[in-house]
Amino acid sequence: MELDPVVLARLQFAFTVTFHIIFPSFTIGLAAWITTLEGMWLKTRNDRYHDLARFWTKVFAVSFGMGVVSGIVLSYQFGTNWSRFSEVTGNVIGPLIGYEVLTAFFLEATFLGVMLFGWDRVPPWLHFCACLAVAVGTTASAFWILSANSWMQFPTGHEVRDGIAYPVDWLKIIFSPTFPTRLGHMVVAAYITTAFVVFASGARWMLAGIAPENAKTMLRMSLGILIVLVPLQGFLGDASGENTLKYQPVKVAAMEGVWGSEEGTEGPLPWVVFAWPNEAEERNDYEIAIPYLGSLILTRSLDGTIKGLKEFSEDLRPTVAIPFFTFRIMLAMWGIMMLAVITGGYLWYKGRLFDSRTYLRLARFLWPIGFIAVLAGWYTTETGRQPWLATGILRTADAVSPVSAGAVLTSLILFVVVYGIVFSAGTYYINRLLKVGPHVRTKGEDEDVSGRRPLSGAKDVGREVIEAGE
Amino acid sequence: METLWFTYYLPLIWAALIGVAVVLYVLLDGFDLGMGILFPFTKDEAERDQMMSSVAPFWDGNETWLVLGGGGLWVAFPQAFAIIMPSVYLPIIFMLLALVFRGVAFEFRFVSKPNHRKWDVAFALGSTVAAFCQGIVLGAIVYGVPVEDGQFSGGSFTWFHPFALLCGVGLVAGYALLGSGWLMMRTEGELAAKAKRWGRPLVIALLAFIVAVSVWTPLAIPPIADRWFRLPEFLYLLPVPLLTAGFAWLAIRGVEKGKGPQTFLSTVALFVLCFAGLAISTFPYLVPRSVTLWEAAAAPESQLFLLLGAVPMVPIILIYTGFVYWTFRGTLKPGEGYH
Repeated sequence: MELDPVVLARLQFAFTVTFHIIFPSFTIGLAAWITTLEGMWLKTRNDRYHDLARFWTKVFAVSFGMGVVSGIVLSYQFGTNWSRFSEVTGNVIGPLIGYEVLTAFFLEATFLGVMLFGWDRVPPWLHFCACLAVAVGTTASAFWILSANSWMQFPTGHEVRDGIAYPVDWLKIIFSPTFPTRLGHMVVAAYITTAFVVFASGARWMLAGIAPENAKTMLRMSLGILIVLVPLQGFLGDASGENTLKYQPVKVAAMEGVWGSEEGTEGPLPWVVFAWPNEAEERNDYEIAIPYLGSLILTRSLDGTIKGLKEFSEDLRPTVAIPFFTFRIMLAMWGIMMLAVITGGYLWYKGRLFDSRTYLRLARFLWPIGFIAVLAGWYTTETGRQPWLATGILRTADAVSPVSAGAVLTSLILFVVVYGIVFSAGTYYINRLLKVGPHVRTKGEDEDVSGRRPLSGAKDVGREVIEAGE
Repeated sequence: METLWFTYYLPLIWAALIGVAVVLYVLLDGFDLGMGILFPFTKDEAERDQMMSSVAPFWDGNETWLVLGGGGLWVAFPQAFAIIMPSVYLPIIFMLLALVFRGVAFEFRFVSKPNHRKWDVAFALGSTVAAFCQGIVLGAIVYGVPVEDGQFSGGSFTWFHPFALLCGVGLVAGYALLGSGWLMMRTEGELAAKAKRWGRPLVIALLAFIVAVSVWTPLAIPPIADRWFRLPEFLYLLPVPLLTAGFAWLAIRGVEKGKGPQTFLSTVALFVLCFAGLAISTFPYLVPRSVTLWEAAAAPESQLFLLLGAVPMVPIILIYTGFVYWTFRGTLKPGEGYH
């Protein structure tokens, strides 16, 4: 079989970016959560917040490291695997990534040192500031990378000369029309992802009787923010979809499995719950659909219509099945989230949140739900942009480096192996930290005992870990 | 006229900035990679903790300069980036994978105690391979990259030649020497004494490497020989070897007396001089002898746009980086850490 360098390069990028996105989606929210905890500790001097902040900092340390190293890989892959892309879009996207490095990467990476190791070296307010700097850094990073990605989705503010993109208006490049809704959608997604990890961990600790007071704080804080954010995400997602319909109609047609007809697609449109998109015949097989709902969602009217896939020339359509299914997976995750949040809110209102063991038992399995939704959402938007890498400027197939298929295959295999090892180890260690729970300060134990001597903290953890392992 | 001014000076400014980023990277990440290279030379658990702790608060910020160096090359010289990266595909990928292992080892080693042996290996091997690959990349670029129609035209192993491998070994020795200087400065007890012992062969290895490369380069690459040995250029360039000799002597004395700062700073000076020598030898080419700074440059408006951000941001970054180093000042006693 002939190896296709384009397919291999795409597989490699998909793999490395999938691995990477998991960590920022977690650490953006985690940094904000730790900063909030520490702020509340400074305000109330309640040790519960302090102990939680210290505990989650350990989890943050393990996951942030994986995020950093997998992010460095991506920045070099633009050159190693997508050199044509670097050349064609470098003038426009390059500076956005440059700003990400200057305003975000350095901030988070440098203050991480203080955040992780500075507990007893700097006064609490300064430690709080370091956490805040890390949180600001992670969010600023999301700002720039989404700006660059949005420009690739729907480029504005540039001109193309001799096949190379040149900047004309930087504000239009940074704030391209798909950017604001996508940024909101992603940052909220990151917060939701983290909140569900915290929520599930709280449920786990409640059930196991680990640090119950801290667990209650976690359940309250995470459920509190989820009650606001999960419904809000519905609106943001809808706004993002509406925006996509306006600027990338073919993507929406693929997401919704609307084939229509070449002469124009007539409403009313049903909403397809399930189908098997059949590209050869240009129709859906085994379709289950709800009448009128498609028109209602997409056009806010009962008989409105959108452009169907057949109205676009075949070489301008994405592979339909991927965005179609990943979009549905994302929606399903949101549905489960809504269910969990509504039930949880009701139990909380009735004062039974901490006692309902059935609910907690189910809740403890919700930790990966945000990750699944984020990945499914990114697959939808990225595969829905195909066949373009930068819409209208550069096709994915034309963007690869002059590197042999063998070299790309070798590196792909190595990435799978190495990331497999690192990921399993990281998940294992985070799980082990969660199993042990926080170090809860008892009365009379002041800060001097808990960690003024640098290594004592490490020994405690080591001991706890050993005990937990038995 | 204004556009001409921009198109002439902006690439020069950017080349200088990327040069600064690379030097800062070598200066900052060099010693913490060096820590990993030296890791296998002590079996003592407390000393290993001490070594790792001495760099743990800084490594992440240090490595960001690598992103700025690579990212800066893309932003300012997309054409050079697009030629160089595919030409050293495998060494770059191996470097990245090695950095993954050593990067996660910092936390993984700590949380997996007492079963952390595998992360000791990951840290040591990852650091060494990363340093070796960086040397290969540098050597391969200096040696020359085949280019046709503005694209890399070589194969997967074009970079694989003795000169590049020698540069890889040289960089490993150099980083290890920076690491031993750092340990002399920042640790106490038996480890500082060991660092002094490790320093001696390392400084000799580094100097041997500098001499070997200095002899090999003009022999293998005639245009460089031309530049080095022609009058009056020869006289202008003379300070480089003289200063190198001076700092080499200081580095040797530093190691012999166990003076950390002197060893560290004179090794840094040697790195800067090598880098300056390299820049002088290849200027005005960015991809040696095929693509110049100006040919590879991004659109001036792109270079200017990021420069406007870099001018305030780089000093701010240096200030807060300084603050973090100051927060973790002082020496670490055996077995001490920050965790």
